Amino acid sequence: MAAKQLKCRECATEYPLEARYVCSRCFGPLEVGYDHERLADVGEVRRRIQGGPQNMWRYHDFLPLEGPQPRTRTGLPAGCTPLIRADRLAERLGLEEVWVKNDAHNPTHSFKDRVVSVAATRARELGFDTLACASTGNLANSVAAHGAALGMASYVFIPADLEEQKVLATGVYGTNLVKVRGNYDDVNRLCTELSGDRENWAFVNINMRPYYAEGSKTVAYEIAEQLGWELPDRCVVPVASGSLYTKIAKGFQEFIDVGLIEGDLPTMNGAQATGCSPVATAFGAGHDFCRPVKPSTIAKSLAIGNPADGPYALDLARATGGSIDAVTDEEIRVGIRLLAETTGVFTETAGGVTTATLAKLAERGDIGADERVVLVITGDGLKTLDAVRDSFRAYEVEPSIESFEAAFAESVPA
Amino acid sequence: MAITVKLPTQLRDAAGGVSSMQVEGATVGEALESVFAEHGELRERLYQDGGLRRFVNVYLGGEDIRFLDGLETTVPAGGELTILPAVAGG
Repeated sequence: MAAKQLKCRECATEYPLEARYVCSRCFGPLEVGYDHERLADVGEVRRRIQGGPQNMWRYHDFLPLEGPQPRTRTGLPAGCTPLIRADRLAERLGLEEVWVKNDAHNPTHSFKDRVVSVAATRARELGFDTLACASTGNLANSVAAHGAALGMASYVFIPADLEEQKVLATGVYGTNLVKVRGNYDDVNRLCTELSGDRENWAFVNINMRPYYAEGSKTVAYEIAEQLGWELPDRCVVPVASGSLYTKIAKGFQEFIDVGLIEGDLPTMNGAQATGCSPVATAFGAGHDFCRPVKPSTIAKSLAIGNPADGPYALDLARATGGSIDAVTDEEIRVGIRLLAETTGVFTETAGGVTTATLAKLAERGDIGADERVVLVITGDGLKTLDAVRDSFRAYEVEPSIESFEAAFAESVPA
Repeated sequence: MAITVKLPTQLRDAAGGVSSMQVEGATVGEALESVFAEHGELRERLYQDGGLRRFVNVYLGGEDIRFLDGLETTVPAGGELTILPAVAGG
């Protein structure tokens, strides 16, 4: 394995590749460090990727797993989701070149399958038999499904007021579903405490977090490969904890460092909902830390009031000339419709946040005429149906031509 | 009446292996000073430049003290403080 150690992002203390997520000296987050020297033959690395399976395990060389490439016809292989050129969306926004990375195409319909695949596989390598997580919904779906696929018990903790679709699409897999009376930050606090006592549980986003987070890099690898081993100029990415946003940049940087692609990091734009925008607020105020907030937004999958990777998201936005913006619930609804009507992709509220943020950047004139922009869509619209309820008209008619024509004569002049 | 301070697993080695302590103090800051008086090494782990490190969360009865008055937050007799790493979740 190319992964060498866990390293504290704050004080650089190193630890072995165990189930450990926080530096015991300074409480900073641990991140996986690699030795990519053995990837010196770029042509061979590229051939290995291209000859790999049609899922994220094709990037096995860049993931923190000990064993050989996981078998691709078992478990729940994630990734290799479509990158669609969205000319009609670009035209609506007055842009030249927009691509949609549609991660709703994963097994449980969100990008979380990428991070859970890595965390669950690493958990098995480390000898765990139980998966657990604190979730805003998409992660719950994925952990429950991966537990079922891999034959591992699972405990899934969610806020009690989560969307019904996400609750149903979790319970169906036969997990231990725990609805916590509180918001996501309460759920996360409870699970952080529990993880100290349940040492035989692999909490994918707590004690397995360094491995889990690495899974998000595969979004960047795929974008680069799908663009013909080229970088986009700009990425628009939703921000909840800030982990996906920062790891996409890490993925591009690794491909640049080993020589698979040439150029500089894309401009990284982060997207939040106004009702939960601690990172956007800190960005606007020029702060390098985030003040926690109490979330109140329809974008529940982004409703993290105390974002773990907030400081690093702020650093990244500034280093790449990007920004972290926030959009209102109404703009989110409009964003969902805009994406659906121009691309045929129906996204959940988080994708509405991302699309609305792209529209805002376009309107503000932030995006150059010659830019190639990638919009990262992280989840499926069927998970948050309330966001589009009553947003359009349906025609109810008798089963006769007269009734049909009468209905349309009334509303649409011939 | 004493305040209970619950320590995360990451700090227990620097606190003689205990998972919680009984201390005195009228505010969160004073209670933490009492903790440091017993286990000096914890100060450097939790504090930087006289305040909490940015990846340390402290809760009073389940509420993040940053929603209250921070280290100045008054702690009622019998109150419970929980110290946890902030880097979880997402």
